[in-house]
Amino acid sequence: MHITIKYFGQIAEITQAKEESVEFSGHLISELLQVLNTKYENLKTIDFKVAQNQELVSIEKELTGGEIALLPPFSGG
Amino acid sequence: MKNKKPKSVFKEGAIASEFIGNSIYKHQTKTSIGAHNIFLGQVRADEINGKTVSAIEYTAYEDMANQKFHEIRESAFEKFDLTCMHIYHSLGTVKVGEICLFVFVSSPRRKVVFEALEFIVEAIKADVPVFGKEIFEDSSHQWKINN
Repeated sequence: MHITIKYFGQIAEITQAKEESVEFSGHLISELLQVLNTKYENLKTIDFKVAQNQELVSIEKELTGGEIALLPPFSGG
Repeated sequence: MKNKKPKSVFKEGAIASEFIGNSIYKHQTKTSIGAHNIFLGQVRADEINGKTVSAIEYTAYEDMANQKFHEIRESAFEKFDLTCMHIYHSLGTVKVGEICLFVFVSSPRRKVVFEALEFIVEAIKADVPVFGKEIFEDSSHQWKINN
C-alpha cells in the first residue's frame, strides 16, 4: 500500500527530509516504524507520537494507507 | 466526516500589535458583548546553559493543527457562553519580545471569559502539533518542549 510519511521538528532533522512516499506491504504502524528505525538510527533517541491521516493513533493500529506523521513533543504558544 | 476545511489560524511571522488593536476595535459593533479577555504569548529570552534564546522558529503539521484548532473552538463554544473567539498562531521566525500566539474571547459576562481563555490556551499547548525551534544568539538551536 502507498504511504506518505511526514516528519516534523527534530525528527525532520534526523531524517533530513520533511516527507517521503513508500510502498509498504506490512499491516501495522509498528511494522512501518521498525523499518524507519533501521533506516534512521537516531529515531530511537526521540520521543514521538504517531498520527494516521491526522488522527493520533496507537502504533499497534492497522495501517490504512494515506498519511502517517511522526510528531515530536508539541511546543506551540 | 470533515466536510469543510477549517480556516487557517496561522500567520507568517510575529503578530503585530496593530493587528491586535484592530481586532479589539472591530468588536465595537458587537454590542451584546460585555467582557473581552485576551491571551498573548510572547517569545522569552530564556537562558539555557549560558546561551540566550534570540528567536523561535515555528513549524506545524498545518492540516492537523488547523483541525485541532477547530475542535478546540467547537468545544469552547459548547462549554462556555461565548459571543466570539479568535485564535492566531505564528509560523516561521518570531524574535524575543514579539507575539507568537493571540487568543481573543468575548462574552456578555466576565466570569465566562476568564475560564474560557484558560481552557483554550491550555488545549492549544497540549493538543496542537506545532513545533518551536529555539534559536540562540550564536545561531545554534534546541527544540522547545511545552510542560
